[in-house]
Amino acid sequence: MKTLYEPAIHFQQVSFSVNNKAILKTITGSIPKGKITTLVGPSGAGKTTLLKMCNGLLTPTNGHIFIDDQPIATYEPTTLRRQVGIALQSAPMIAGTVFDNLALPRSLQGKALTQQEASQFLRDVGLDDSFLQRSITELSGGQRQKVSIARTLINHSSILLLDEITSALDRQSVQDIEALIVTLNKKYNVTMIWITHNLQQALTIGHYTWVMMDGELIETGQSSLLDAPNNPRVAEFVQGVNA
Amino acid sequence: MTYTALSLTLIFVLIPLLLSKVLKLGLEKDTMIATIRSIIQLLAVGYILKFVFETGSIIYILLMVALMIFTATLNARKKGAGIRGITWKIASTLVVVEVVTQGVLLGFGIIPATAQYIIPISGMLIGNSMVLSILFLNRFTAEITSHQDEIELILSLGGTPKQAIHRQLISAIKASMIPTIESQKTIGLVQLPGMMSGQIIGGADPIQAVQFQLLIIFALLTTATLSSIMIGFLSYPVLFNERMQIIENK
Repeated sequence: MKTLYEPAIHFQQVSFSVNNKAILKTITGSIPKGKITTLVGPSGAGKTTLLKMCNGLLTPTNGHIFIDDQPIATYEPTTLRRQVGIALQSAPMIAGTVFDNLALPRSLQGKALTQQEASQFLRDVGLDDSFLQRSITELSGGQRQKVSIARTLINHSSILLLDEITSALDRQSVQDIEALIVTLNKKYNVTMIWITHNLQQALTIGHYTWVMMDGELIETGQSSLLDAPNNPRVAEFVQGVNA
Repeated sequence: MTYTALSLTLIFVLIPLLLSKVLKLGLEKDTMIATIRSIIQLLAVGYILKFVFETGSIIYILLMVALMIFTATLNARKKGAGIRGITWKIASTLVVVEVVTQGVLLGFGIIPATAQYIIPISGMLIGNSMVLSILFLNRFTAEITSHQDEIELILSLGGTPKQAIHRQLISAIKASMIPTIESQKTIGLVQLPGMMSGQIIGGADPIQAVQFQLLIIFALLTTATLSSIMIGFLSYPVLFNERMQIIENK
């Protein structure tokens, strides 16, 4: 497929089914390299499934995914997952302290994370050093999500997949994370796919937007499409969210 | 013991039957089935053992041990029904447990190589290994279900299946071994073990009975460790596919 931009990820006729139930239906499209693409749509549209495929947690039933023009199936799974990081909506944690969680990506590779590095990653997401030795059971939902994002940054992935990472955060935290994502994107040219239900966020932070419904990719384009959708189903969805 | 005396022990069956009836526990049918089955099974085993002891044939000894492993495998595999190939994994574990423990006992001449020693000791070790396997599989499947997010997290960060499942595996191994270790801490203080009690009642020297009991409890430590670790390390790889993804229908 010919695109006007260099694709970081390309989906070619990608479908995914579970027990003969179609979750994704022939998705075709490209995610531009170095840009923030937001993924919007009602719950159950298949957005999280699409993200998990990019990280290799799921494999398409049919079709192909390319990362930097290389078929995803040719990547060694652990290499792929370090290159394509994912922050999951539930912000799962291992038992222990915040530091234990931040050190996890390194320890999986047999490497150590220093206290200074951990502090820097925490500061990047707006948490101070005092959190390092806190048990994860003492964290609020928002703090947990911030630690989850910081942990995702530790692998220095070239692509970051963010699954509704701000949905549980307070207003200030949302602004902090939005600023962080914009900084990471600009400073390190990290490609982002961000699932969000906040259409305003998609408009202001995202360069491009994909709208998904019932497992199908309905409309794609610059994020401004959300102001004036071409597809009547998208227009109805946007109207419903904004109502 | 006379058959009259044995018949009188059925009083211990009547007590739970009556209580179940009075308190409407609904356990009468199960109690009856359990009683009848234990009478038939134990009498049958008694006659079979008598025959095997009299012939002293190695083939019959091996057949008895194989039957124990077969039955224990069928019983334990139900708990790991979702784990692909669980039957042969349990069977392999039981075979290794039997070979290692009997290898030491017979190899060093700790017990005589006769059916009277090999079969009862095998029964205790294989039975214990079966219970350990059931305990492990129960805990392991529960750990996986309750920590699926954590397993997926580690995979998503570039961890291998072994790294992803490590905590659940270790937790299940430890949990299944704890009852064996704990019961040994209080052995002789809280309860007198069955084999030792049986020997003493049968008129054996209590010190000799204790020596055999010690042999068993030390061997049980090995069976407990081997069973949990072997089942664990044989089971976890089939929970993932070649792309290091969790297979949903574990």
